Amino acid sequence: MIWCLAALGVLFASAIAALILRTHLYATLGALLAALLALPAAFAVLAGAHFADVVVPWGQPLGEIRLGLDPLSAFFAIPLLALGATCAAYGAAYLRSRCVPAALFNVLAGAMLLVLLARDGIVFLVAWELMTLASYGLVTFDHAQPEVRRAGWVYLVASHLGVACILSAFLLLGDSTLSFADFARHGTPVAATLAVIGFGVKAGVVPLHVWLPEAHAAAPSHVSALMSAVLIKLGIYGLLRTISFVPAFPWGPVLLALGSAGALVGIALAFYQRDIKRALAYSTVENAGIVLIGLGLGMWGAAHGRPAIAALGLAGGLLHVWNHAVVKCLLFLAAGGLVHGAGTRDLEQMGGLGARMPRLARMLVLGGVAIAALPPLGAFASEWLIYVGLLHGNTQPLLFVVAALATAGAMAALCFVRVIGIALLGHPRSRAAADAHEPGRGLVGPAVVLAALAIAMPFAAPLAVRAIAPVAAQLGADLDVAAVDEALAPALILSGAVWLGGILAFLAIRRVVRRRRAAETWGCGYTAPSPRMQYTAASFAEGLHRLLPRALRAKVEAAPPAELFPSPARLAVDRRDPFTRAAYEPLLDRLARRFSQLRWVQQGLLHIYILYVVIAVVLGLVIVTLRDGWAS
Amino acid sequence: MSHLFDPLLVSVLLLNLFVLGASRLRSVIGASALQGVALGLLTVAAHDHITFTVTLVALIAIGLKGVLIPKLLYKAMRDVAIVRDVEPLIGLIPSLAIGAVGTGASVIFARTLPVADSYHASLALVLPSSFATVLTGCLVLVTRRKAITQVVGYLILENGIFIMGLGLIEATTFLVEIGVLLDLFVAIFVMGIIINHVRREFETTDAAELSSLKE
Repeated sequence: MIWCLAALGVLFASAIAALILRTHLYATLGALLAALLALPAAFAVLAGAHFADVVVPWGQPLGEIRLGLDPLSAFFAIPLLALGATCAAYGAAYLRSRCVPAALFNVLAGAMLLVLLARDGIVFLVAWELMTLASYGLVTFDHAQPEVRRAGWVYLVASHLGVACILSAFLLLGDSTLSFADFARHGTPVAATLAVIGFGVKAGVVPLHVWLPEAHAAAPSHVSALMSAVLIKLGIYGLLRTISFVPAFPWGPVLLALGSAGALVGIALAFYQRDIKRALAYSTVENAGIVLIGLGLGMWGAAHGRPAIAALGLAGGLLHVWNHAVVKCLLFLAAGGLVHGAGTRDLEQMGGLGARMPRLARMLVLGGVAIAALPPLGAFASEWLIYVGLLHGNTQPLLFVVAALATAGAMAALCFVRVIGIALLGHPRSRAAADAHEPGRGLVGPAVVLAALAIAMPFAAPLAVRAIAPVAAQLGADLDVAAVDEALAPALILSGAVWLGGILAFLAIRRVVRRRRAAETWGCGYTAPSPRMQYTAASFAEGLHRLLPRALRAKVEAAPPAELFPSPARLAVDRRDPFTRAAYEPLLDRLARRFSQLRWVQQGLLHIYILYVVIAVVLGLVIVTLRDGWAS
Repeated sequence: MSHLFDPLLVSVLLLNLFVLGASRLRSVIGASALQGVALGLLTVAAHDHITFTVTLVALIAIGLKGVLIPKLLYKAMRDVAIVRDVEPLIGLIPSLAIGAVGTGASVIFARTLPVADSYHASLALVLPSSFATVLTGCLVLVTRRKAITQVVGYLILENGIFIMGLGLIEATTFLVEIGVLLDLFVAIFVMGIIINHVRREFETTDAAELSSLKE
C-alpha cells in the first residue's frame, strides 16, 4: 500500500517538477518510476496479498480519508500503471519538449490511480473530477483548431452530466458519511440506475458515448491511447464497484442489453469513419460493449445459480479489459505514428504507407488482427470465454446476444481490413502520404513492447484467470478456475496451431518468393493508372453502409449529374455521430433557446447581484421562520 | 454582564437607521465609526469577568473599526472629492422604512433559531440586532451608488457578524476573532486602493456605471 502512495506522490510531484523546471523529462521519468513502484504491489494483491487500508482522519463532516488496494482496484491499476508508463515514453517522443502536456499526463495518471485507491465518495469524486479536468486539458492540447475546442467542450459537458449522476447516486447510497463501507446498506434501484448512467458516460455506453469519438480524435495519440485503454475502463470499474454496493439489482439483463447495443452500434459506426482515430474510438465503444456483455453474463449466471456460466462470463469480461487495453493502446500508438508520418488523420489521404513505414505497419496489422478477436492474439481468448459462457447459458435472450456478438465480431474484422487496407496498401492518395517516412525509435519502440505483450497475452490467459479469481470473489461470484481453464484450452490450442501454421506457411512462401523474380503488377492492359483509381475509404465501406439501419448511417446529400453531358454535381456527407445529430443537438439547441429567455437576469450591475444574494438570504430566513412558526 | 449592554445594542440599531437615512458621506462614515466603538464597548460589557482576551479583542475592534478604517475612508473620500451620495437607487425615506421593517422582522426570526440556547439568557437582544445590522449592511450595499458608501455597507455587514460572535467569544477561539478582524481590515484596505484606481482610470466611482463588462 505504501508503494501505491509513493507512486501517487511521484506522479504528482514529477508533474509539478516538470512544470517548474519546464522540461518533460521529469514527468516521463516520474511515470516510469511510478509504474515500477506500484506494479509489484498490484500484482501482489491479485496473488492473494492483503494490505491494510491507509486512514487519515479528516474534518468533522467527512470523517476520514481512506485509501485501499483490493483485488478490484489492483486489477484496474495494473493496465493503468503499465500502459501509463508506455504512453508517457511515447508521448515524450511525440510531443518533444512540451512540458505542460507531459505534466498533465502525469496528473491524469495520478488522478486515475487515486480513483482506484479511494474508499470514500468524497476522495473518489475529487479524483474523478481531477481526472476529467486533466484529460480535458490534454484533449484540447491542439486548441488552435476549432473542432478540437468543440471536442473538448462536448467532453467536458458530457463528463459533468455524468458526474452529476454519480454524485446523486453516492448521496443516495451514503448516509452520514460517504464512506464506501456504508454504501452497501442503502442500495436502491434508483441509486444503481443513476450510477449506471454516470459511469456509463465514461465507459462509452451507447447512447452516452458521443463524447468519445470527438475527444479521442482531437487528443494527441498517446493520450487517446491512455483514455481508450484505461480511462474508459474506469467507467467499468465504477460500475463494478456499484455492483458490490447494490447487489440486488437486475445487473445481468441490464449489462447484457447495454453491452449488446454498445458492441453493435459501436462497430457499425466505426466501420464508415473517415478519420482513423475516430474509427479506433468507435471500436473502443464496441469493446466496452463486449466487456459489459461478459460482466452481464457473469452477473446473470451468479443470480441464476449457474456458477460455471458466471465464472466464464466474469473471466471473459475482465480478461477482455486487459486485452483490449493493451491492443487498443497499441493501435492508437501505431495510428499516431501513421498520422505523424502522413500528416493527416484522414484515411482518404493515406495509402501506400505499408511500404513507407514497414515496422509501424506490422504493428498496426498485428493490432488489427488482435482487436478483431482473430485466433492467435489477445482478444480472441477473452471473447472465446464469453462465447462459451453464452452458449452454455442456452436461453433465447442469451442466444440473441451471441448473434449480436458474432455480428459485431465480423464487422470488426471488416472494419480493420478497411483501415489497414486503405491506409497501408495501394498507392498514396496524397503528396504527404507519398513523402511519409518511418518515425523515430521513440514512436515505434513503445508500440513494439505492446505488440509483444499482445502476442503473449493469450498464453498468459490461464495466469490472468487466476488473478481474476479474487476480483470475481469480490463481486460475489465464486470463480471455478478449473472450469475456466477447461474452456480456455481449445482457444489456446487453436492459437498455438495458428502460430505454428502461420510460421510454417510464412517460411514456405518465403522460399517460393525467393526463387521468383519481382515484377510489376499487371495493370489489365491499362497504361496510365492513377491513385484515384483505387478503392477509397468511402467506397470500401459503401456496401455495408447501405445495409445499416437508416438511423445509424451517415447523412448523405447527393446531387449526381443528371444530363447526358457533364454538369455540376454535389455530394455532402455528414459524418457526425448519429445520436448527436438526431437527438442531442436538437435537444440542446431547444434548451439553449429556452434558457436564453432568462438573459434579463444578467443585468451586469453590482447592486442587482448583491440584491439577488440578499433576496435569497431573506427568503431563506422567512421560510425558516414561517415553517417553525407553523410547527409550533 | 453590564447593565450598559442593552443600551449599547440599541445605539447600534439606531446608528443603523441613521446610516440608512443620511446622505452626506462624512456623516455615514462617522456613524460607522461610532458603531465600531460601540461594538468594542459591547465586547467588554458582555462579560462579567474582564479577561485579557476580551480586552484585546475590544481594543483591536475599537482601533480598527472606530479609528483606522474610518480614517482610511475619510482619506479616500478626500482623494476622490465626493461629499454626498446623490440619488441612491432607492430613496432615503423608503430605505429607512425597509430598515425599520427588517429590524422588526429580525426580532421575529431570531426567536425561531435553535442556536438561541447556547447564548446567555440575558443576551436576548444579541441575535435580533445582529440580523438587523447584517440586513442594514446589505441594504446599503444594494441601494447606494458610490463605491465608498458600499464599503461602509460592507463594514456594517461585518459589524453584524461581529455582534453575533459576541455571545460566543468564550466558545470561539481568540484566533478566529482576530482573524475575522484582520480579514476585514485587509478587505477595506484593498477596497480603498481600488476605489482610488478606479477613479483615476474611469473618472467616476459610481458603481452603477461599472456595467460595461456585462455579457
